[in-house]
Amino acid sequence: MNFAPETSIDIASAVNRATAPAGEPKLKVEKLNFYYGDNHALKNINFEIPEKRVTAMIGPSGCGKSTLLRIFNRMYQLYPGQRAEGKILFDGEDLLGKQLDSTVVRSRIGMVFQKPTPFPMSIYDNIAFGVKLHESLGKAAMDERVEWCLRKAAIWEETKDRLHTSALGMSGGQQQRLCIARTIAVRPEVILLDEPTSALDPISTSKIEDLIDELKQEFTIVIVTHNMQQAARCADITSFFYLGELIEAGPSNEIFTNPREARTRDYITGRFG
Amino acid sequence: MASLARRRATDYAVKAISTGFAALSIVFLAWILWTLLSRGLPALGPHVFTKITAPPGAGGGLLNAIVGSLIQIVVALIIGTPVGLLCGTFLAENGRNTQIGNAVRFVNDVLLSAPSILIGLFVYQLLVIPFGGFSGWAGAIALAIIIIPVVVRTTEDMLNLVPIGLREAAFALGAPQWKVVTFITWRAARAGIVTGILLALARAAGETAPLLFTSLGNNGWSISLDAPMASLPIAIYQYAASPFEDWVALAWAGALIITVGVLTLNILSRLVLAKMK
Repeated sequence: MNFAPETSIDIASAVNRATAPAGEPKLKVEKLNFYYGDNHALKNINFEIPEKRVTAMIGPSGCGKSTLLRIFNRMYQLYPGQRAEGKILFDGEDLLGKQLDSTVVRSRIGMVFQKPTPFPMSIYDNIAFGVKLHESLGKAAMDERVEWCLRKAAIWEETKDRLHTSALGMSGGQQQRLCIARTIAVRPEVILLDEPTSALDPISTSKIEDLIDELKQEFTIVIVTHNMQQAARCADITSFFYLGELIEAGPSNEIFTNPREARTRDYITGRFG
Repeated sequence: MASLARRRATDYAVKAISTGFAALSIVFLAWILWTLLSRGLPALGPHVFTKITAPPGAGGGLLNAIVGSLIQIVVALIIGTPVGLLCGTFLAENGRNTQIGNAVRFVNDVLLSAPSILIGLFVYQLLVIPFGGFSGWAGAIALAIIIIPVVVRTTEDMLNLVPIGLREAAFALGAPQWKVVTFITWRAARAGIVTGILLALARAAGETAPLLFTSLGNNGWSISLDAPMASLPIAIYQYAASPFEDWVALAWAGALIITVGVLTLNILSRLVLAKMK
């Protein structure tokens, strides 16, 4: 391996040069190692995720990108035998430490999964469920919140007349946008998207991509994708993972046109994967 | 080509044999139902539902047995359902691949297949002897012990069918585990869980052995759980063994009532399950 493990990739400053000023990184990963039992799945990751940008993580299956995503909102802690070492600073606080409560972390760092996962209840209740966990709103305020997040997720027009019907009756693309709305409703700071369009048709996919573009005005977005065009289209920053290591990360146009690493070039040109 | 002919012949033979045995098993079921209907229907009448036990020839009915059965089953359900539901939930949500989970699961499987007479004797030792007599409580608790393992098993199985992704989605919104379980997984599995409770109910409704040593039976009218209590299975057991024609007829009527009740529960549970889809 010619990749120097100590290299820290300063994405925030790269973005600074390219676009509007950004402050401290929203998430700062320092010397992160992750284990599934004895399996060393992430190796010494150093990585920064800038605020109100879209950061894409690409790489072949099993490279650790979804694993990293699931560390950000402490999903891994649901499973005994999975453990993380190192630091992830979230606005300066260590996500892996004990001082932050998991439920609070998850309300501030939301996640949308690969397969749409509507709850077996009405569209309205799907959204209200998450909101009620953290806030007690009156009926009018809740109605307003539901409309707000459905509009944000570009699905209000399709759902406004059937808010109280089961969410299970929607199409896959609608269900996924409902899941995004549900995540937004909690008003997180970061939204994690784990291959959000891999189960959707091209039209639904393009709607979700437009949505991502819209959402980065307000939220920090991290997206795992197998679709290279999607990363190039949506992401300000792209990072390439391979066999549990972060190979390189930088502004998407540089990664896709002029990668520094041979392995990145091989992957994005389709020579292995 | 010869091998093709032989394969076809084998296929035909296997199909014929399995169809034959399937038909045979249905024949016995139909036979039982036919006997039950032909003997039970003529014995049914208003007196069965309005009169209590009476001496032979005095025109008694099954009212005390029907009411006693209902009371004991409802009490058993009230005791057994929460225990079974919560234990099944523990196994599915916290006890997967843990030592204590495997131990509880094993014990529950043993209980599931334990002869019901043993459960009757157990409650006899535990409640009847120390408290000085047979009682409706003892009968209800024996039935609860029949119900619990069935509910544990079906609850665990049904919760295991709920995709992990649904739980993760709820956790990802910041829900604590108890809310994930009560609002999401139970709700997703509720039709299956209700089916399990109905099936447990159906099983308890027909049990005689656990009641023999616990609520004993009662020829008089009593709805007190502290006293011996009549029940349909015990009434059938007593009447069917008697030499009196009208009592034997009442036994058939009781058997028909239980069978129709259990059948209704089974059909109901299937309807509930079908509605889930």
